[in-house]
Amino acid sequence: MTSRESILARIRAALADPAPAPEQPIPRDYLRTHSPDDPAALLDLLHHNLADYRARVHRCTEAELPGALAGLLAERGSRTVAVPPGLPPAWLGAAAVTAVPDDGTLTAARLDTVDSVVTGCALAIAETGTIMLDGGPGQGRRLLSLVPDHHLCVVRAPGQVVASVPLALPRLDPARPQTWISGPSATSDIELDRVEGVHGPRTLEVLLVEG
Amino acid sequence: MTGTFLGMPAFPQAAAAALRDGRLRANLRHATHTIRDKRARAVAELDDWAELRAAGKAIKDHTLRHLDRYLVQLEEAVAAAGGAVHWAADAEEANRIVADLVHATGETEVVKVKSMATQEIGLNEALAAEGITAYETDLAELIVQLGDDRPSHILVPAIHRNRAEIREIFAERMAAWGRPAPADLTDSPAELAEAARLHLREKFLRARVAVSGANFMVAETGTLVVVESEGNGRMCLTLPRTLISVVGIEKVVPTWRDLEVFLQLLPRSSTAERMNPYTSLWTGLGPSKGADGDGPSAFHLVLLDNGRTAALADQVGRQALRCIRCSACLNVCPVYERAGGHAYGSVYPGPIGAILTPQLRGITSPVDASLPYASSLCGACYEVCPVAIDIPEVLVHLRERVAEQGGHPLERAAIAAAGYLFDHPAALAAAERLAGRTRALHPRRLPGPGRAWTDTRDLPQVPAEPFRDWWRRNRS
Ligand code: SF4
Repeated sequence: MTSRESILARIRAALADPAPAPEQPIPRDYLRTHSPDDPAALLDLLHHNLADYRARVHRCTEAELPGALAGLLAERGSRTVAVPPGLPPAWLGAAAVTAVPDDGTLTAARLDTVDSVVTGCALAIAETGTIMLDGGPGQGRRLLSLVPDHHLCVVRAPGQVVASVPLALPRLDPARPQTWISGPSATSDIELDRVEGVHGPRTLEVLLVEG
Repeated sequence: MTGTFLGMPAFPQAAAAALRDGRLRANLRHATHTIRDKRARAVAELDDWAELRAAGKAIKDHTLRHLDRYLVQLEEAVAAAGGAVHWAADAEEANRIVADLVHATGETEVVKVKSMATQEIGLNEALAAEGITAYETDLAELIVQLGDDRPSHILVPAIHRNRAEIREIFAERMAAWGRPAPADLTDSPAELAEAARLHLREKFLRARVAVSGANFMVAETGTLVVVESEGNGRMCLTLPRTLISVVGIEKVVPTWRDLEVFLQLLPRSSTAERMNPYTSLWTGLGPSKGADGDGPSAFHLVLLDNGRTAALADQVGRQALRCIRCSACLNVCPVYERAGGHAYGSVYPGPIGAILTPQLRGITSPVDASLPYASSLCGACYEVCPVAIDIPEVLVHLRERVAEQGGHPLERAAIAAAGYLFDHPAALAAAERLAGRTRALHPRRLPGPGRAWTDTRDLPQVPAEPFRDWWRRNRS
């Protein structure tokens, strides 16, 4: 008997019950959302919660986006920027940086030498201050948003903002690899003293774009 | 401090150990109280916490009731997404499978994400015996590994170490494992974290094989979920070519939708955050089956039994398999706060360890037979448990099982004494207070028949204040 068969047999034996109690349906009377259905309020909540977990949050309009990105990159002194496939070219149109586009061959060692990465996202959850990446256009492979020390993420409101975890999951495709990010990498392993930035980007900036 | 002790014989070592015990209690007290208060605030933000908790419990109970079906469904989904599924009946088989998989890659090093399951099976030691070095990459696990130490908390495994000790461990031990610590390293947490970042980055960039656990596995889609804070998990799950995940069979949940419950319950119960910094979800090798260069090109899932089916057979005890390892029960436990994690003699400390370990390992050794007594049945653990495990109920049940099999000589005495005291709450209160007053006289090792029991652990010192008094004072 293989271990597979013996484990399954042990499970069946463990569960054998001559008079099993009737099974109740899973109670799902928890809330779908904890927030009012108001896009402006949701965006404010997202802003607040991102900032609460030490992401740097900025806001602008669609038209201001290239200028805003250029300004943030200049402010940080970034000269090289990793660019995932599908990032709208206009986004970096005003930035005085060398783009390092990913054609699927950028290595972690190479990414370790770039100053910043700019990505979009799939969704953001207001109640938890979470941005969600799923490798779609403008997001790229998972290592792009992981290895560089500075991650600039663009969230479009209201389209990409949802209130809650239960409202986010149905909009995500389980087949795609996902990274949910809530603030920069952090540790509290040393005397519970919170330190931002261990292995992921030590600085997370989120640009909320309205309209 | 250790400098002066170097090369000196037993007494200073014993003194150092005792000193650390004092620190341990101070560190633990600070840590558990901090997390517990934060958790209460994070939970209070959600009006529907009780409903989420009921749903979490019901989903896990439903899954356990059909565990065979969901495991087979999971296996099919993972395989369809390009992953290979292996089944391990016990620790030895799991270790064998992982070692063979690593050998097949030709590599002799692996990077590891913190995982209770791999600690439970002693994977690092088993790999070392095969000539494979496993590098722990979680900061706390790194501290534990470099210090040749044992974890003492599920979430914060180095909770018993303070910053000065950590600085010392890094300064003395990092060089032997890779990039040395900077010569001018101080004990500021930011500097220590930076030293760890640099030490480990070199390993991440070089690693070809990673070993992880998982917090959840979704049967319907084949998706695995890892919840973390530091980004070492993302590094391990993303950069190496081969990923091997060792996961207990009870970690499966039926549907993608079920994550909406657990990804609300876990972060708030565990790190007391609305959401932990990083959550990684992956399904086999992804839509391109590993061809797009995003993540590993080979994925292996090792499904681990190692006593879980024995726990499942116990109709009262099986609820321990609902555990999502949030560690909330540790942080509210008056016994854990005083005894520390090491006293539980297993990788699962605190109230959950007291009910899980004896079921996974069987109640055959004195340590395991004694675990159901490592509690006062105050019920605080049940109150905070996000999947409503009635830990006191299981403890009482396991005590009966210990008693039924005749117990260990010392356990029999403990049962008799406990039976009397729990029947006479006033006597318990008086006994505790008496013990508190005479605590300077209590030995660190029990004499006579108690010796075998205390040889495997430090006898927790009797707290100055009986925990019943303490509990009454702190509960309000
Ligand atoms: S028993 Fe409950 S409270 Fe304790 S670690 Fe498990 S899920 Fe958390």
